Amino acid sequence: MDRARTLLGHRHGGLGFLVLLIALLPLALPNRYFYDIAILIGLNAIVCVGLNLLIGFAGQISLGHAGFFGLGAYVSAVLSTKYGWPSTVSLVAAAALVGAIAFALGRPILRLKGHYLAMATLGLGIIIAVVISTEERLTGGPDGMTVAPLSVFGFALQGEAMWYWVVGGLMLATVWLAFNLIDSPLGRALRAIHGSEVAAEAMGVDIARAKLLIFVVSAILAALAGSLTAHYGGFITPGKVGFLHSIELVTMVVLGGLASTYGAVVGAAILTALPQLLTVFKDYESLVFGVVLMATMIFMPAGLVPTLARIMGRRR
Amino acid sequence: MAELLQFLFSGLTVGATYALVALGFVIIYNASGVINFAQGEFVMAGGMASAFLVAAGVALPLAVVIAVVAGVAIGVALEKFAIEPARRAPVVTLIIITIGASIAIRGLAQLLLGKQFHTVPPFTGDNPIVIGGATILPQALWVIGASIAVVIGLGAFFSRTRLGKAMLATANNRRAAQLVGINVRFILLLSFGLSALLGAVAGVLISPITLTSYDVGIMVGLKGFAAAMLGGLGNGIGAIVGGLMLGLAEALGAGYLSSAYKDLIAFVIILAVLVFMPGGLFGKASTERV
Amino acid sequence: MRSPVLRALISATAVYAFAATAATAEVEAPTIKIGSFLSVTGPAAFLGDPEEKTLKLYVEKLNKAGGVIGRKLELIVYDDAGDSDKARTFAKRLIDQDKVDVIIGGTTTGTTMAAVPLMEQAGVPFISLAGAVVIVEPVKKWVFKTPHTDRMACEKIFGDMKARGISKIGMIAGAGGFDRSMRQECLKVADKYGITVVADESYGAKDSDMTAQLTKIKSAAGIQALVNPGFGQGPAIVTKNFRQLGMMMPLYQSHGVASKEFIKLAGEAAEGVRLPASALLIAEILPTSDPQREVVVGYKKDYEAKYGSEVSTFGGHAYDGLFLAVEAIKRAKSTDKGKVRDALEATKGYVGTAGVVNMSATDHMGLDLTAFRMLEVRKGNWTLVK
Repeated sequence: MDRARTLLGHRHGGLGFLVLLIALLPLALPNRYFYDIAILIGLNAIVCVGLNLLIGFAGQISLGHAGFFGLGAYVSAVLSTKYGWPSTVSLVAAAALVGAIAFALGRPILRLKGHYLAMATLGLGIIIAVVISTEERLTGGPDGMTVAPLSVFGFALQGEAMWYWVVGGLMLATVWLAFNLIDSPLGRALRAIHGSEVAAEAMGVDIARAKLLIFVVSAILAALAGSLTAHYGGFITPGKVGFLHSIELVTMVVLGGLASTYGAVVGAAILTALPQLLTVFKDYESLVFGVVLMATMIFMPAGLVPTLARIMGRRR
Repeated sequence: MAELLQFLFSGLTVGATYALVALGFVIIYNASGVINFAQGEFVMAGGMASAFLVAAGVALPLAVVIAVVAGVAIGVALEKFAIEPARRAPVVTLIIITIGASIAIRGLAQLLLGKQFHTVPPFTGDNPIVIGGATILPQALWVIGASIAVVIGLGAFFSRTRLGKAMLATANNRRAAQLVGINVRFILLLSFGLSALLGAVAGVLISPITLTSYDVGIMVGLKGFAAAMLGGLGNGIGAIVGGLMLGLAEALGAGYLSSAYKDLIAFVIILAVLVFMPGGLFGKASTERV
Repeated sequence: MRSPVLRALISATAVYAFAATAATAEVEAPTIKIGSFLSVTGPAAFLGDPEEKTLKLYVEKLNKAGGVIGRKLELIVYDDAGDSDKARTFAKRLIDQDKVDVIIGGTTTGTTMAAVPLMEQAGVPFISLAGAVVIVEPVKKWVFKTPHTDRMACEKIFGDMKARGISKIGMIAGAGGFDRSMRQECLKVADKYGITVVADESYGAKDSDMTAQLTKIKSAAGIQALVNPGFGQGPAIVTKNFRQLGMMMPLYQSHGVASKEFIKLAGEAAEGVRLPASALLIAEILPTSDPQREVVVGYKKDYEAKYGSEVSTFGGHAYDGLFLAVEAIKRAKSTDKGKVRDALEATKGYVGTAGVVNMSATDHMGLDLTAFRMLEVRKGNWTLVK
């Protein structure tokens, strides 16, 4: 297990590999469509890395993260497009607002455990989705709204190439942040909580505060990814705020491997790219997708990255 | 008064469906600790199969029976081919497997039975019955009546038959049940079959009223899950009360407050209950082994 | 294979055959690529499924008849499942990867609007199959649409109501984009026809019981009629609940419901329901003098023969989209995107399933209110309201 860890290098090795991958990938991308997929993978990875901190490391489940994602997207969209705020300010404001909401609601919700917490977060996500979809005058309703492009210091970010570098950089920053968090006292506290809440409390860990902090961090990351997605696409609909997307996010995290930051990235990559690859199956697409998902989880129950790490570790 | 009665009828009918689905969640959870996200697909299977059979000319009573059997078959197949191979996996993985299963089942239904909506003829006609100024469809009475019958039957099964008691024992303490010679793997299979039965019955009962299509399972599964949590996961009575309460909250919310926000009202109520009663309405205070 | 002579003969034949096919492949003209992203699954499957089926059916038919301007048509369809982000990604795929010549798609307003900026930027003629008026208002250079706008549906309904002396109405709409958009348009134009909305309820996309909402509407003061914008399951359930509650006032459905499937699903409850729809639904009872008769009867026959299910106006919109594009390509005598766009904009007198289309630089839809007929359900079938 330890050998596998150092192999994947939860320090500079793995991160370096990721940097290299992002830097060299454009050479293999023939057109905008492929850049688009890469960007979407990056955005999903940001959410998943944050969600993994919550689910994999702290052992708390959230079935409502699409709500934070969507809230970040819509707040930034509405502020920049309807009220004319500069888009970078809207982005930050959206992240801050979502963080505040997560903070306020997190305390009572995080007292719940296991499936009850799942239900509470699911409910929260649905409530957010319903509000966004119903307040048509503000959000354009189910048909969605156009979003102003992101401009940094007056320079508008347009085009897949530019966005690729922005998202790539932000994803790297997120992974780096995650590693730092995991190795910090907060991270250790979270892992202790995951192991046993009672024992952690007995050791003097303030579990309520630790859980709340990581909940807020993962919510802010989701909101950030949401705002970026809105500005990148130039259009947003409530579809991405719904519970199906929340479930999709959790699936990405589990598929890649819980408690594995790289796993979250891999999971995001696979589940974002897979529907594109499966279009060849036409009518059979859903069926094949479901079967592939089941088979992967049956044969690799710990998730892709931990299982592969174990196999490679054993080979050595 | 007539208005309130109408809202109550509407809420109870829909609530009965939620209750059956919630019971299905609880039975599987009790036997395995898994939340079966494919639960809604059993409802879809029951409804779609009966619609398909009736359209192909099969008499309604026979179609209903075959549809329920088909639903049970899917549940058993799910357990045998997807859950059992992964039985040593962590619970989260099993949940993702059920999610994959629900996508696959939907994909299969869409392939074999198409993407359109279908209707099933009601069991005893369509003429609404007027009670106290409010109307209720005969089919709704079937839904409520059959649900009550199923619940009573389940109660008898669990308390009076050896198999039922074996299931309760497994739910209580799996290791101990194994030690007294209960075939835990069979119990798991049975629990999936039973849940599928409940789902398929709900599907067959409600399709004449609500129409059916390949993706009705998603929403019904979600509401059933919410109802099960509201009542307190692991508790059968809780599931039933949760289902009825959810149905009533939706109908009364739509009727007296705002129809646009009725889902919101229902989920706010659920959240509030969970915050103040972290184990759901009937959840027992659990003891955790340290 | 023992005989070396036989072996040589077979290899030579193989090489010759390969060369022949390679040669003919070079001589044969490149295909005309028609790209499409549709919501074949998901909440709008009721619309997307017949759209896909129609496109496939007629591309095959056109190819059998020799293709268009001497080239075969190649159809590339992706299913966005109603997700606007997926739609945008697929649009990019169609434009950049598959390099299509024209795009016919966008089942819903959300998926259409998400892809519009791409079409404008890349300069690809795009024929949308979605309903909201915002798609062509303001007019965008490369974007056209075939379905009537939701505003037109409201105006047709209100016109009929005014003629019947109805002035106070209720509305009940679903939570989907189509429903909300049409409801907004109806609220906007109600004044023009002297209509006041005295009740306004909504239901969820997958709701199975609307009696609570209808009970509230029933008790609204002075209400004379009910309008139900929506499509698919919702309106069928609303109609059934409506009868269950014994409500006798006129019930108007929208063009979203336009398929005999609605009558099948709602059963007897559909009796007396009125809705605006294209001539396609009453193909058989159209007088022979009607300009649309030939087109709609032909489409109905082809579709029902191939797929065994009832036609719907959504499939009809896809038919119109395809043939508008094909006619434009014929007139432009090429697949040059700019020329095809200009030809599309110059379409005059095209007779489709939705109506007679006359486009212009300021009108990228081309239909007027006469394209809508007011229909009523009588004895399980559509009849024309004079």
